[in-house]
Amino acid sequence: MTEKKKKSVKKKPRKTSVKAKKNAPATPLERAHIFDNPKNVKRLIYALVAVCIVTFGLDFFVKRYVDHPWEEFFGFYAIYGFVMCMFLVLAAKEMRKILMRKEDYYDE
Amino acid sequence: MSSVAPFLIFYIGAALAGVTRGTLRQVILLSIPIVGAVNLYYLPTGAYNTFELFDYTLTLTRVDKLSVVFGWVFHLAALIGLLYALHVRDTTQHVAGILYAGSSIGALFSGDLISLFLFWEMTAITSVFLILARRTERAQKTAIRYLVIQVMSGVILLAGALIRIHETGSLAFDFIGLNSPGGWLIFLAFGIKCAFPFLHNWLTDAYPEATPTGAIFLSAFTTKLAVYTLARGYAGTEILVYIGATMTMFPIFYAVIENDLRRVLSYSLINQVGFMVTGIGIGTELALNGAAAHAFAHIIYKALLFMSMGAVLFRTGKINGSELGGLYKSMPLTATFCIIGAASISAFPLFSGFISKSMILSAAIHEGHSWVWLVLLFASAGVFHHSGIKIPFFAFFAHDSGIRTQEAPPNMLLAMFLAAFVCVFLGIYPEPLYALLPFPVDYVPYTAAHILTQSQLLFFSALAFTFLKLTGLYPPELPGVNIDAEWSYRWFLPRAIRKLIGLFGPMDQGLRGAFLNTLNLGIAKVYRYLGPKGVMARTIQAGSMVYWAVSLLVVYLVLNLI
Repeated sequence: MTEKKKKSVKKKPRKTSVKAKKNAPATPLERAHIFDNPKNVKRLIYALVAVCIVTFGLDFFVKRYVDHPWEEFFGFYAIYGFVMCMFLVLAAKEMRKILMRKEDYYDE
Repeated sequence: MSSVAPFLIFYIGAALAGVTRGTLRQVILLSIPIVGAVNLYYLPTGAYNTFELFDYTLTLTRVDKLSVVFGWVFHLAALIGLLYALHVRDTTQHVAGILYAGSSIGALFSGDLISLFLFWEMTAITSVFLILARRTERAQKTAIRYLVIQVMSGVILLAGALIRIHETGSLAFDFIGLNSPGGWLIFLAFGIKCAFPFLHNWLTDAYPEATPTGAIFLSAFTTKLAVYTLARGYAGTEILVYIGATMTMFPIFYAVIENDLRRVLSYSLINQVGFMVTGIGIGTELALNGAAAHAFAHIIYKALLFMSMGAVLFRTGKINGSELGGLYKSMPLTATFCIIGAASISAFPLFSGFISKSMILSAAIHEGHSWVWLVLLFASAGVFHHSGIKIPFFAFFAHDSGIRTQEAPPNMLLAMFLAAFVCVFLGIYPEPLYALLPFPVDYVPYTAAHILTQSQLLFFSALAFTFLKLTGLYPPELPGVNIDAEWSYRWFLPRAIRKLIGLFGPMDQGLRGAFLNTLNLGIAKVYRYLGPKGVMARTIQAGSMVYWAVSLLVVYLVLNLI
C-alpha cells in the first residue's frame, strides 16, 4: 500500500524541467501555472529523490522473492534501471552523430 | 445465440455511414462497435459460416479463446477510435476506419488461410485511406510506400498459403511452424505486418503521416492482428524469442533521438509488440497469456497516447518536440490523459501495463532465457524513458513554447477518458482480462516483491532522466531525420538505379544507335531499288512488252533452225 501511495506523489517529477522555472507567463494577464514557480519544480525533484531513497532502502526490509540469481544483488533493479537509462541516452546521443540527417533528406 | 460473422456488421455499418450525414451518421458510427460487441458476446464457440469457393470450403467465423480476447479489444479500440473521430467531417476517413476495423476483425475470426488472405489484403487497402486523407503530397508518397509493402505481405501470404495447401491438402489456419517452405513464407508475411527488425519501417514511416484520428485506428489493428496470427501459427517457435527481444531493444534508441512525437510513439509501438513476440516465442501458457494480455492492454494505452498527441496536433498543427512545450497550461485534461497512458505503457503499479508485461518477463525467467530477460528489463526501463517521460514532458511541460490553444473537443476528451478508464481499471482489477485469456491464469501481479522491483526500476530511470536533464547531458530535441533500414529503399535504391542508368545508359545508347544505323542503311538500300524512283518501280509501256515478246520468239525460231 505504501508503494502505491508513492506513485501518486511521484507522478510529476519526471515531467518537470529545470528550464520550466525560467518561463514567465506568456502574457502578463495569464494566471501563473504550477510550474511557473521554480519552487514547485524543486519540490518535485526533491520528492523524486526522496522516493528513490525510500524504495532503495526498502531493499533492506522487503525480502524480494528471487526468481533469478542476479536479482539477489543488492539494489539490483535500482542500479540496473539507472545505469541502463544513462547508457540508453548517452548511446542514443552518439548514434545521432551517425544517423541524423537534414529534414528533407529523403525528399531531394 | 447469434451466428452473424463479426466483420459483416462493420461492412454494413460502413455502407450506412457512407450514405448518411450529420447526427444520424454519428449515431451509426457509435452503434457499429456496440452492435458488434453484443454479437460477439452471443457468438458460440466453434467454426461456422462456411461457404464453398471452387473446390475449397472457407470458414469465415472461428471462435475460440484466442480469437475472442483479440476480438473484444478490437471492438473496444474501434469504439474509442470512432468516438475520437466523431467530429471529423470526412466521409473517407469514417468509412475507411470502419472498413479497416471490420477487415481486421474478419481476419481475426478467419478459420482458413484463404479468407485470412482476403481480409489481410483488405486491411491494407482500407487503411491506406487513413493516410491519404491527410491530403498532402508527403502523405501521398508515404501512402504509396505503405500500400506497396502491405500488399506485398499479402502476396507472400498467398504464395505461402498455396504451397502449404498443396503440401497438407488442408486450408485450415492452425499451428503452422517453420518446417516447410510454405511455413517460412507465411512467417515472412506475418513478420512484415508485425514490424520485424528491418521490415519495420513502413510503420514508422506511415503512422506519423496519418491524420490525427486515422493514427488511432492504425496503431490498434495491423500489428496486433499479426501478433494474433503469430500466436496461432508459430507459438513456441524459438527464433521469435530473439526477434522479439531485438524488437524491444533497438527502437528505444531511435525513440530517444526522434523529434516527431508520433514517430516516437511508432518506435515505442514496435518495442511493445516486441514483448508480445517474445512471449509467443517462449510459448508456455504463462507466456502466451502474457502476450495476449499485453496486446489487450497495449492497444488501449497506445491508442490513448496517440490520441493525446493527435489532440495536440489537431489544436496546434505541430507535433515536433522541438516546437512544443508548456501545453499543460492550455490542455490540462489532455495532459492528464497522456500521463495516464504514459504510466500504463511504463507499467507503473495500478496501471494496465503492470499486470500484463510482467507475465512475459516471468515466463522468460522460468524458461531460462536469462539474457532475454535482461534485455526485456532494459527495454522496460527504456520505454519508460521515451514514452513515459519524453512524450508528456516535451509536449506538455519542458520549456514553454508560448503556444496557447484550447482543450481538445469534447468527443476527443471522452474517447481519451474511456481509454484512460480502461487503463486504470485493468491496472487495479485485472481479473476480467485474466478470465478472457486463452489459458487458466494463476499469475498474481500484486506481490510486494513485484511492486518494489518495478518501482525501483522506474523511479531510478526517472532519476537518470532528471540527472541528465539537470546536467545538460540530455540530447536536445532537434529537427531532422534519423536514417534507419528504410534508407535502403528510400535513399540507396533510387540512387543505385540512377547510377546504373548513368553507367549503362551511354553503352545502351551506343548499341541502340549502331543497330538503328544498320537498320537505316538497309532501309535506304531497299528504297533505292524499290522506292518510287527505284529501278523495280519504273513503269513500262505495253508496246515494249510486245517488242520483247517478238524478240524472244525470234530467238526461239533461230535456235530451232540451227
